[in-house]
Amino acid sequence: MSASKTGRLEARDASVVFRSGFGGRIAKTALRDATLGIGGEKPSIVAVVGESGSGKTTLTHLLLGFRSPTSGTVTYRGVDIAKMTGGERRVFRREVQAVFQDPFEVFNPFYRVDHALFTPLSVFGIARDRNDARAKIETALETVGLRPGETLGKYPHQLSGGQRQRIMIARALLLDPHIILADEPVSMVDASLRSTILQTLLRLKEEAGISLVYVTHDLTTAYQVADTIVVLFAGVIVESGGAEEVINAPRHPYTRALIDAIPSPDPDVPWNLDAIEPGEGGNGIPGTGCPFAPRCPFATMDCARAEPALAEIAPGRHVRCIRPLGGA
Amino acid sequence: MSGPVLEVADLSVRYRTPVGPAYAVDGIGFNLMPRERMGLVGESGSGKSTTVLALMRMIRPPGEISAGHVRLEGRDVLALSEEDLRRTRFARMSLVPQGAMSSLNPVLPIGAQFADLFAAHDIDPDDGHVAGLLSRVGLPPAVAARFPHELSGGMKQRVCIALAIALTPAVILADEPTSALDVVVQKQVLATLGRVQQDIGAAIILIGHDMALMAHFVDRIGVMYAGRLVETGPVKTVFRSPTHPYTKLLIGALPSLTARRAFQGIPGVPPSLTERPPGCPFQTRCPIAEARCRIEAPAPRPVGSDHLVACHLVGPA
Repeated sequence: MSASKTGRLEARDASVVFRSGFGGRIAKTALRDATLGIGGEKPSIVAVVGESGSGKTTLTHLLLGFRSPTSGTVTYRGVDIAKMTGGERRVFRREVQAVFQDPFEVFNPFYRVDHALFTPLSVFGIARDRNDARAKIETALETVGLRPGETLGKYPHQLSGGQRQRIMIARALLLDPHIILADEPVSMVDASLRSTILQTLLRLKEEAGISLVYVTHDLTTAYQVADTIVVLFAGVIVESGGAEEVINAPRHPYTRALIDAIPSPDPDVPWNLDAIEPGEGGNGIPGTGCPFAPRCPFATMDCARAEPALAEIAPGRHVRCIRPLGGA
Repeated sequence: MSGPVLEVADLSVRYRTPVGPAYAVDGIGFNLMPRERMGLVGESGSGKSTTVLALMRMIRPPGEISAGHVRLEGRDVLALSEEDLRRTRFARMSLVPQGAMSSLNPVLPIGAQFADLFAAHDIDPDDGHVAGLLSRVGLPPAVAARFPHELSGGMKQRVCIALAIALTPAVILADEPTSALDVVVQKQVLATLGRVQQDIGAAIILIGHDMALMAHFVDRIGVMYAGRLVETGPVKTVFRSPTHPYTKLLIGALPSLTARRAFQGIPGVPPSLTERPPGCPFQTRCPIAEARCRIEAPAPRPVGSDHLVACHLVGPA
């Protein structure tokens, strides 16, 4: 594998608006003004955390070039991916890889798993011959903790979800990527294997210098692997910063609410299950400004006036709230 | 002091497959006391959902309950006639299914689904009864006129909870009722489930794979592995001093917001349910397995107060 992986993927003020209805009169903003960078000189893991509908899948699709932003740009190695030449696109397609959520749906059930591993090598003409291809595949499988002898030659249904997910990571590795986007890679994997896969992702950064975007709804696993955490809510980044700071000193009330909703695996750490009010109703404050205001325990009518801007409150630390929580 | 509301003994569920029988549930037993909250945890394929389906007698061919006893309030559930079984479901034992999204009838408004339930049990509800049930689960009365697709996932799961408590059953079976929901909504829905369960005085069996969630909801927990119950005990005891090697590793593998980058997985994969090697089902992955574990299957035995573990190598000799 190459020593330095310098490819950098950046979204700048990227927005995605879906239009429907007659003449596109109904507009739904799935993502607004997203700015995010990954890769470059120093490998890192950025976790993008959000609930369903927060825009995290839209952001993933933008970063992979599956969709163009309605406004703003997404660039790789400084080139707008919507305007890439064939050659530039080929480099992008090889250096930026993806691992998706469902390890059950990505395989063709009629082919042995070998097919999914040989195909990218032949498409990109990476292996000299079949023996070389086989050697590369075996190395990649070993990197993700699979024994090639027990994996190759099997059909997808003969492998567990955790094994299939690791094959998908191995497949991404074959192309010697600079960046991997992993969209909920462990949400369908059992607890006993989740740690193994997260550890594999972390090792890719530390040993192979690969940068990762880890997209998840699970703040706990984000905390386990990420250097930086970006919290999405209703299509906007509401908070970002170092993983330790975001978890231990959240500044946005939504991040605080997410952390409070996560039970500790220690039954003696209180979770206050009985303390919260039933219902998903709001506090009466409209979401005309800050989208979280209707659910925010600290909201006032000021929050309904205009959406707050994403402000840098400390180097590398951003929050979108007119009254950020105390930093302590 | 009354006896258990639900007694399960030696329950086995077998699926016929082209390569021979697969034992999805393999001789499990436990008692559920009135008003008790019990959790069943396990990975996919461990048999926890199959257990719930078996308790409701909802196993369909090629599956069958191949052995065991289920007694609900003293009555043998497995011997009930189809008609008695129909009258028992929802009235004495109800199910909150895993996918609320797909368990409501998509072409009937919510109110009509309650009406169906009451009609099936020859009940003529008062005006406002459905509104009362909806309000108990935190939903406005207007929800009765809505169709399932007009409701959010959390609201649909609340409707399922309201249906499950509508006939004040003695036992509620909840199969991963919150696993498809976002974390904040998940906590609210679980709080609602706990509150109405206490209100009507029912016992509950909560099925799940989220150990941390269980830790804060149930009184007693059962850990399933490859169709067997490998450890049961009071939830705090099991979390503080997990005794079965699988439970120890499972609790050690839980990520938390206190320790960063502390990865600990369980190497290997569960055994195939059709092959069923002799001995302990966990022996292939167990760090302390001995020769004996490969020959003889361990039976659950007490290691402490109300604490049972199926392992040859732990607890009092």
